[in-house]
Amino acid sequence: MAEIMFWEALQRAHDEEMARDPLVYCMGEDIGVAGGTYKATKGLYEKYGAERVIDTPISENGFTGLGIGSSFLGCRPIIEIMSVNFAWLAMDQLFNTAAKVHYMSGGQLMAPVVVRSPGGTAHMLGAQHSARMEKVFMGIAGLRVVTPSSPRQAYGLLKSAVRCNDPVFINEHEMMYNMKGDVPDEEYFLPLEGSEISRGGKDVTLFGYNVSVYWCQQAAEILSRNHNIDAEVVDLYCLSPLDREGIKRSVSKTHRAVIVEEAEPAVGVGAEVMAIINEDCFYELDAPPVRVSAENTPIPYNHKLERAAIPDIHNVVDAVLKMFGRT
Amino acid sequence: MDSDLKKKLLREMLFARRFEERCYEAYVERKIGGFLHLYSGEEACAHGVLEAARPGQDYVITSYRDHVHAIKCGMDPKVVMAELYAKETGCCKGLGGSMHIFGVEQRFMGGYALVGGPFPLAAGIAKGIQMKGGDEICICFLGDAANNQGTFHESLNMAKLWNLPVLYVCENNLYGIGTRIDRSTAVVDQYKRVSSYNIPSAQADGQDVEVVYEAAQKAVDHVRSGKGPYFLELMTYRYRGHSMSDSNAYREKKEERMWGGRDPIIMLRDSLIEAGETSAEKFKAMDAEILEEIENEVIRFAEESPEPSMDLLHKYVMTENDPYVKGGSR
Repeated sequence: MAEIMFWEALQRAHDEEMARDPLVYCMGEDIGVAGGTYKATKGLYEKYGAERVIDTPISENGFTGLGIGSSFLGCRPIIEIMSVNFAWLAMDQLFNTAAKVHYMSGGQLMAPVVVRSPGGTAHMLGAQHSARMEKVFMGIAGLRVVTPSSPRQAYGLLKSAVRCNDPVFINEHEMMYNMKGDVPDEEYFLPLEGSEISRGGKDVTLFGYNVSVYWCQQAAEILSRNHNIDAEVVDLYCLSPLDREGIKRSVSKTHRAVIVEEAEPAVGVGAEVMAIINEDCFYELDAPPVRVSAENTPIPYNHKLERAAIPDIHNVVDAVLKMFGRT
Repeated sequence: MDSDLKKKLLREMLFARRFEERCYEAYVERKIGGFLHLYSGEEACAHGVLEAARPGQDYVITSYRDHVHAIKCGMDPKVVMAELYAKETGCCKGLGGSMHIFGVEQRFMGGYALVGGPFPLAAGIAKGIQMKGGDEICICFLGDAANNQGTFHESLNMAKLWNLPVLYVCENNLYGIGTRIDRSTAVVDQYKRVSSYNIPSAQADGQDVEVVYEAAQKAVDHVRSGKGPYFLELMTYRYRGHSMSDSNAYREKKEERMWGGRDPIIMLRDSLIEAGETSAEKFKAMDAEILEEIENEVIRFAEESPEPSMDLLHKYVMTENDPYVKGGSR
């Protein structure tokens, strides 16, 4: 076990998979000679060369489609899209081709591509560099969506995504690449479907994913310390398909649910989890489920306004206290 | 081109024409659903190009006007027709339809319904060939109007940059759905547009299969010899509308008559008759034989095949039993 950074975990997964299989390759903007905007491919250009660590032109739809085409022949591309804001441009190839080709070819073709891309609100990047678009990807049949919240998950999910025969979109977070965490030394794989209980509790379930897992964990500490409320935190690291069983199991235990998301509320993770609770365990509830979401605005440049646009720990604590009638 | 090859191509092209025209009838009878885009008039393009390549070994990808390319790659016309009839015996088990014919065994990598979508896929297939080290090439057939998509420029740039073995064939039928090329496209000669990517290109008569074949030989040789991508523009014309839901009211009769006078099948037939290699009677007999084959084998197979079972609805959304997927909540 070693404590390494999020980007180092990704780099290790890339390196191991490329060393194992000559048909695994990676491509994206600035990932080769420059070593990657977030260093996820650092040192790989020197090790594997320009044909397997490809610096692409700024043509997101084009190189995503190219990766998909190569996957038809058994290649396993790991495509880095520098920011999810640019991944909008690749939605045509991801949604129209990668997600559908296995189905519409009657099972003849597979598109085992991995697309990694960071999203989220970072620091004063403004409206067009602060998108949180996991909600868009998770609504597409045929596409898997995972979103790691720790170096351990980043490694284990990327390893599985490369080996999986389905297209996988990995939603990373701009602010998490330098986060440290324990990663086992031996090789391991995390299942692409499921969820993890990152803190056990009995009074309320806080559902989070990616960065909001940390807001949930810190809120749970405050609730425990100051308010005698024992919150469970469930990490929904797989957004498509969501872990129905895991959601049901936790809500059946705590009977209360708060879903915390960095994105705008409409048509989002919170809405989807609420629908699952409604469908699968409505009568387990002691209180209506609550969403803690971003404001329904583009992200502003000004730092105070930017912070006000997205939820924080205190919003989570307040939502729980309100649910318990403590405000 | 020797006369045996010409005779073979005449039969294949006539079969393609009769196949497509029979699709028209089946569509009118509501046996075929969805959108149906027919290739009638353009037969020399697919046949001339693929004859110069290695169908079944080289990878082929195209748009939604895909039946004829699929058959020329070696797919069984019965299986293509059964797909159009939405039957379980169809190449995609009735999940694809006319716009999504696939024959991966024959390396026909599919018909795609987004205009311009196959450009980067073709470059990617070529990247796969390059990584695996074969001497196959990828041939991508698309219409002229696809060249106004961003994928055209993005893909040509990458194909040249990385020296990918891909041949882009532009079947220029002069219309993007109902809009004539000079009303949608600043540069009407498509082969000129690729010069900005330093990709060699040519323009040829797409109605004369011999001309297509010769132009394609040069193009295929270029790509297969490792010199990178090539772009071949073939001037052609579709007799039917863009799809069956197209009233075809935007074209002048005079123009249609002019192109009808340059029918690729009639031109080839006449050159063979002139050379004493066939006769009008033999041609008629061959036509009758083809019509009978289509009716008694192709259509009958499609008609008599069963509908897909209902459990196919969920079967191919994701690949089955992937070991990296399951694990559940922890």
